[in-house]
Amino acid sequence: MIVFRNVTKVYTGGSRALEGVNLQIDDGEFVFLVGPSGSGKSTIIKLLTAELEPTSGSIEVNGYRLETIKKRQIPYMRRTVGVIFQDFRLIENKTVFENVAYGMRIVGASGKEIKARVPYVLDLVGLENRGRRLPHELSGGEQQRVAIARALVNNPAMIVADEPTGNLDPQRSYEIMMLLESINALGTTVMVVTHEQELVNRFTKRVIAINEGKVINDGMDGYYFNEEN
Amino acid sequence: MKRIRKLGYLFKEGIRNMFTHGFMSFAAVCVTVACLVIIGGFSLIIYNLSLFVSDMEQQNRVLVYIDETYDTGSAKSVGSKINLVDNVREAVFMSREEAVDRFIKDQGADETFAGINPSDLRDRFIVTLEDNSKMAETVEQLRKIEGVARIADRPEIAEGITTIQRVLNIVSIGIIVVLLVVSLFMISNTIKLAMYDRRDEIAIMKMIGATNRFIRLPYFVEGFLIGVISAAAAFFTEWGLYDLLASRITQMQSMQLLSIVPFQEVFMPMVVTFGAAGLFVGMFGSVMSIRKFLDV
Repeated sequence: MIVFRNVTKVYTGGSRALEGVNLQIDDGEFVFLVGPSGSGKSTIIKLLTAELEPTSGSIEVNGYRLETIKKRQIPYMRRTVGVIFQDFRLIENKTVFENVAYGMRIVGASGKEIKARVPYVLDLVGLENRGRRLPHELSGGEQQRVAIARALVNNPAMIVADEPTGNLDPQRSYEIMMLLESINALGTTVMVVTHEQELVNRFTKRVIAINEGKVINDGMDGYYFNEEN
Repeated sequence: MKRIRKLGYLFKEGIRNMFTHGFMSFAAVCVTVACLVIIGGFSLIIYNLSLFVSDMEQQNRVLVYIDETYDTGSAKSVGSKINLVDNVREAVFMSREEAVDRFIKDQGADETFAGINPSDLRDRFIVTLEDNSKMAETVEQLRKIEGVARIADRPEIAEGITTIQRVLNIVSIGIIVVLLVVSLFMISNTIKLAMYDRRDEIAIMKMIGATNRFIRLPYFVEGFLIGVISAAAAFFTEWGLYDLLASRITQMQSMQLLSIVPFQEVFMPMVVTFGAAGLFVGMFGSVMSIRKFLDV
């Protein structure tokens, strides 16, 4: 579960990224966080992965209070949130299998556990035959699937996808969204940050719209909210 | 069990990383080897020079002549008093007869000197000092001993050697310190460059929940290996170069004025120094270099 209570973030230099943001995402939900570039979406992601600290307000992520969290607890908090990025962020010199397995290595999983779990997750994202490939040998859509597999491998409570389809064509983007929807159907909370209006409108999900650092709409109508709406 | 599993994996990762980032590892090894060889080579030169100077110092002896009225037995007994003087390392007795023989021998056994009568000379002690810089005070004490007729000393040589030794010590410490600082700077920059290459990789690891310890350990192992390889390569290069240079110098100087210490004599200190320096630079260099990338 994610809870933002009256969160404000002001960067060094005075730029106000967020202004009194309140939002709550419950376990098992599928949520789109939408807004134009510079609206504060990326700041929200950085705050909930503890890359940044809020200037004021409080943030709770899967039971961790981020405004008081100790540095040594941050890795454990991050393990409860699988993050997917627009640029995939795979380790280039590791194979697909090793990239996915890395998340399990971190928590000390045995070779046996890894050998059982990684093929299952690769199968889930449709990459059952790509385990031995290096990231650069895959298409953009496939690389994003590897990133999703890596985010999923430790069964996190939540997946946060930051512009997951930004580097993909419409068909691949749709496939990735379908994949995230099926992951959500298995019980994982999914939050997708995007500014792709058409894609959002194809799914009937909760949409939180943000602009100039403020939540301007939060509804279940499944429509991207922009100035024309 | 989980911890042992993790350690095993991280150790393997460290070894693997060294090969997957082969070029940067090679650069780090090359810079470390070059720096160690330069510092080691300079230290060996300094060591040889200081041995040469202390050898010269050893050869600068004081001759203590005994009163000619003393017979050989009484003259020898003065030796025990000489040995009691502070700063006297050794006093070797030379009788008048031995002195004549030595003199004639030094003159190439020239017949002209065949008529020298030993009774024209004095018995003497050849005295070696512990510290030549205190020669004047020691000679004063020796003069006061009963039976000592005259002392032949060469204070200007002793003073010269002491000055050379002091200058050599100061210059060598200065140069080694400068070389060490420059080397550490070069090596740490090379390692930093290697780590900079991997900042994205470290950021990814952090983002998926790796602890700093988990990220650091493979780099530590990698640094350890780079250190060991660098130290070994530097050691054998130094050894080869030193032996080559030593044999050239020995061939060049027919009079053997300069004796070069064989490498075997400094083998262990060199192994320990190179090993410690290589490991220190490799392990701490890599761990310190990734520190700022861990703050994500």
